[in-house]
Amino acid sequence: MDILDFDYMLGLVPVLLSYLPLTLAMAAAGMALALVLACLLAVIRVLKLPVLNGFTMLFISFFRGTPLLVQLFLFYYGLPQVLSFLTAINGITATIMGLTLHFSAYMAESIRAAIIGIDRSQTEAALSIGMTNGQLMRRIVLPQAARIAAPTLMNYFIDMIKATSLAFTLGVTELMGATQKEASGSFLYFEAFVTVALIYWGIVELLAWLQRQLEHRLNEAYRR
Amino acid sequence: MIKVRQLVKRFGQTTVLDGIDLDIQQGEIIVVIGPSGTGKSTLLRCLNFLEQPDAGTLEIGDLEVDVTRATRQQILAVRRRTAFVFQNYALFANKTALENIAERLVVVDRWPEEKAQVLARKILERVGLADRADAFPVSLSGGQQQRVGIGRAMAAQADVILFDEPTSALDPEWVGEVLSVMKTLAEERQTMLVVTHEMGFARDVADRVIFMDEGRIVEQGPPSQLFESPRDPRTRSFLRKVLSENALIGE
Repeated sequence: MDILDFDYMLGLVPVLLSYLPLTLAMAAAGMALALVLACLLAVIRVLKLPVLNGFTMLFISFFRGTPLLVQLFLFYYGLPQVLSFLTAINGITATIMGLTLHFSAYMAESIRAAIIGIDRSQTEAALSIGMTNGQLMRRIVLPQAARIAAPTLMNYFIDMIKATSLAFTLGVTELMGATQKEASGSFLYFEAFVTVALIYWGIVELLAWLQRQLEHRLNEAYRR
Repeated sequence: MIKVRQLVKRFGQTTVLDGIDLDIQQGEIIVVIGPSGTGKSTLLRCLNFLEQPDAGTLEIGDLEVDVTRATRQQILAVRRRTAFVFQNYALFANKTALENIAERLVVVDRWPEEKAQVLARKILERVGLADRADAFPVSLSGGQQQRVGIGRAMAAQADVILFDEPTSALDPEWVGEVLSVMKTLAEERQTMLVVTHEMGFARDVADRVIFMDEGRIVEQGPPSQLFESPRDPRTRSFLRKVLSENALIGE
């Protein structure tokens, strides 16, 4: 008997790939929302806005301090028991929500570090020409911070793609959920999970390659 | 016309500006000299609220501000009527030379992009950098960066341009080109308040030279008077020191 049933694995690939769009969509939605939220949190932290700064620190502390799986269970199984309007929430929405909040906490800190890394004199120059704080952030600080933070943020995106596999614990049939179903039908657990591992790996490698291209382009304008 | 009255700035226990009174006429070129750490830069930075002053009033044209009670709107208005040239250029690293100059017109004055670019190009020409319009700051020499910095200040069409030691961070080879741009501006009677150690520039270009020491204006007057016959002993000792140093390097 062969160690691996290759024919089974090859047949499994297209089946699993049909669930890839859902996995990527959850990651993309989570990333887009997390970016917006993280920028807001980072700006609040940098400008030390009264009251909000305190809330932001608590938010970041909680979402970095507890496991993503706990947060997902809290949103999907826990909160609807006390907040009735959440009962209608489905697994996909809960996953996107969880990914957004969890990753925005991490991303806020790396965006904050990037903002602080920008020469303070540019901030003064922007203020000296009469920009408001908002204009200063949008026009001068955030574009430069984005360039500094890009590699880290890309890493979080890669992490997020892998984290979507947790959606399977909320009953969502995405890449991981589909693999689980297929495996329990065929009893070929090893083949099934090796296949899904290779698929995740492939996507991540593809993204890492894209990241290198992107960084090259982002830095082009700054090369002497 | 700009009027500063009883401007005070403290850093902790130290009084850096100790009640400055200053009138600037339109078209006047004023150079501020004095030993390091006597509040010259702080004076400039207080005039556009890069530092928040602790007391005093500020009048720019019809805009009157009690600095301790300045609202955000007033602070913005003051900054929009003044322009600042920084010692370390402080160009926006993510913008080209042209964009650095046009930025204020587009964002603050809300000009259409094209109109702003036309003026920015003219300004680049005037500072002698028409051919570097699309260059990012990182690829410009110190002298070129500072000329863009001056161009950015020119775009503001401000009541006064504040120059904070504009040549101090430059390699000696670039000082001349920056000073010559400043001279051109002075000839066009752009109101300027310049903090500098370039005594030659002060003597040749200034209408009035102010000598500051320990947070106060000690003495002021036309350069001929201040340089030839300073009255205060502190002015005399300062000038003796810097002028002999300048003589040594052959100025």
